[in-house]
Amino acid sequence: MDLLRFATAGSVDDGKSTLIGRLLLDSKAIFEDQLEAVERTSMAKGYDYTDLALLTDGLRSEREQGITIDVAYRYFATPTRKFIIADTPGHVQYTRNMVTGASTADLGLVLVDARQGLTEQSRRHAVILSLLRVPHLVLAVNKMDLVDFSEDVFNSIQNEFTSFATKLTIPDLTIVPISALQGDNVVKRSEHMPWYAGPSLIHHLEHVHVASDRDLVDARFPVQYVVRPKSDEFHDYRGYAGRIAGGVLKPGDDVLVLPSGFTSTIAGIDHFHTEIEEAFPPMSVTIRLADDLDVSRGDMICRPQNAPEPSQDIDAMVCWMTNAPLRPRQKLAIKHTTRTGRVLVKDVQYRLDVNTLHRDLETKELGLNEIGRVQLRTTIPLLCDPYEKNRTTGSFILVDEATGVTVGAGMIN
Amino acid sequence: MSNTAAPPAHADYRLSQLDELEAESIHIFREVAAEFEKPVLMFSGGKDSICMMRLAEKAFYPAKIPFPVLQVDTGFDFPEVLSCRDSWVSRLGVRLIVASVDQAIADGVVVDDGKTSRNRLQTGTLLNAIEKEGFTAAFGGGRRDEEKARAKERVYSHRDEFGQWDPKNQRPELWSLYNGRIRAGEHMRIFPLSNWTELDVWYYIGQEKIELPEIYFSHTREVFVRDGMLLSAGDHLLLRPGETVQERTVRFRTVGDMTLTGCVESNASDVAAIIDEIAIARVTERGATRGDDRFSEAAMEDRKREGYF
Ligand SMILES: Nc1nc2c(ncn2[C@@H]2O[C@H](COP(=O)(O)OP(=O)(O)O)[C@@H](O)[C@H]2O)c(=O)[nH]1
Repeated sequence: MDLLRFATAGSVDDGKSTLIGRLLLDSKAIFEDQLEAVERTSMAKGYDYTDLALLTDGLRSEREQGITIDVAYRYFATPTRKFIIADTPGHVQYTRNMVTGASTADLGLVLVDARQGLTEQSRRHAVILSLLRVPHLVLAVNKMDLVDFSEDVFNSIQNEFTSFATKLTIPDLTIVPISALQGDNVVKRSEHMPWYAGPSLIHHLEHVHVASDRDLVDARFPVQYVVRPKSDEFHDYRGYAGRIAGGVLKPGDDVLVLPSGFTSTIAGIDHFHTEIEEAFPPMSVTIRLADDLDVSRGDMICRPQNAPEPSQDIDAMVCWMTNAPLRPRQKLAIKHTTRTGRVLVKDVQYRLDVNTLHRDLETKELGLNEIGRVQLRTTIPLLCDPYEKNRTTGSFILVDEATGVTVGAGMIN
Repeated sequence: MSNTAAPPAHADYRLSQLDELEAESIHIFREVAAEFEKPVLMFSGGKDSICMMRLAEKAFYPAKIPFPVLQVDTGFDFPEVLSCRDSWVSRLGVRLIVASVDQAIADGVVVDDGKTSRNRLQTGTLLNAIEKEGFTAAFGGGRRDEEKARAKERVYSHRDEFGQWDPKNQRPELWSLYNGRIRAGEHMRIFPLSNWTELDVWYYIGQEKIELPEIYFSHTREVFVRDGMLLSAGDHLLLRPGETVQERTVRFRTVGDMTLTGCVESNASDVAAIIDEIAIARVTERGATRGDDRFSEAAMEDRKREGYF
């Protein structure tokens, strides 16, 4: 059994909560007491049906307003896979939540209402998923029951979306007609849509091939922590603990340590009591080197012929997440892999209209929930790759030094 | 950048779900140990906090866990839980700090007016211990699948100088880039098991052969029924009229204060049997056996705001 993380997006009332409620219910991730609580609430509200959407409504204040306004994580499993859903709300102003949910997702699930077809919001959701390099996209055309399960309606939405998607980076696109309320094509193939030859939604989620999504060629190991027991038994032990960000590392491999430029050989790779023969992403391991080098947190272990270019001038797409705008000459803290430093905003080159992909070159700032191309100068060199090559070594967060709040998310070009 | 590395021999470098969850949790432990001055692991004696101990052990092996363990002594802890705790602490050689609720009452840190629940008193005792020792990060065993209010909890959950959680004002958390910045007096709650489900925890306990308190497994016990829950009989609870003590074969699904934690009738005597039982169980672990969560749908959220673990 492996793990698939996916992010959901849809405009209000497209049926996202109903769909998630159904996935949880049909995979038995919902328990009797949770269902009872929701049945009670549905009755109290005077509904004559159980509102599955209530299963996933989070915090009370949001429940009172009847809207979801933050990323919520849900869990369910089928016999073949465990799923983590990052459930992100679809409001205009909450781009930051979608970016957050998409940042860890292997797959993005965008819902549209069959009666309305593609909206500005559905296009935006696809754009954000593509910017965040989520490798698989599923467009679920929901409420097919309300358009008489019409093949024509589905085809026209499919065609419109496919032609829009050519402007984006979407390596793998699947489009499924469903009814979240009635269950058509959610778990089982629907009898109402014999014209649809593809898999049910859950079948696709269970089988989508994610093994090749991670970079297994370019070895990247950001050092997180130095393990030095200094005990009698492990007197001379010195291990570099961290999580493999890319590539496959093996004992005996020649390595290069950045930024120092020293080279050595991997003496061993430890995971608790076992020595590992091959370490690959996203494993957490401890690497021992053959030579006594001065390696510390923030350094990067890679291969001599294949290393990232250390750089203090960073060109990135930034999603801004706070009210006060991002402006040139602003100073912020940055966290990239296991390195932290400070940055100076050199320039806001353009703001991207996530609905039309239009580049606005006039505005020299980014407001809350806006995404744009930004030039930064860092106090320390970042050991980075383009985000499109590696989502771990290509991403960073920006932090306001006064409040400590995370205010920006960056993807390096 | 030149690229001379050969492509990997086979393309299915995939981790199992448990290995991936473990790798993520270990990453979190190391990140906190590297970035925070004074972390502490909050140990309840329950299966989740014991899993945390194992993950922390793995994260720093062969070195010792570089932070102490904090336990709130409610005065009503199961003796089996305390002995399991002692066995873990001595094997790992970590420092144990016990914050006693009774001591906190005696010191006037929290006020037991007879109406306040033991849970509230525990929260006060915990916050006081964190403040007194100056801990800047406290690991908790919370999982997002436990309860609706937890679904939006961050892995790094910021607490203000009153130890409170503000669900409306959480920091965005992207990729695995955790933001550990705090100001003086504030601290961070860290939830390394955020993405684990109850079943994942049990599978892991089975896979790793992790030692748990015996009360998790079926045993005979003197119990009585109160408010639909089976509670352990003993000196810690006075029987009310109409309540009678019976001997039943039971186990506990969560451990906590003996006065609040109910058990379920069960013959599951090992991890495999428990997994079978959970796979068909129809009631969440909290709903079944925790008196403190049953009052309202929003009960958990209220307590979290106040700084409950
Ligand atoms: N007929 C029909 N109604 C649906 C379907 N999916 C959702 N709905 C209804 O659409 C409304 C909005 O659904 P909800 O799940 O709350 O939407 P959300 O805002 O996207 O989470 C509710 O009244 C649902 O019952 C569907 O497939 N068919």
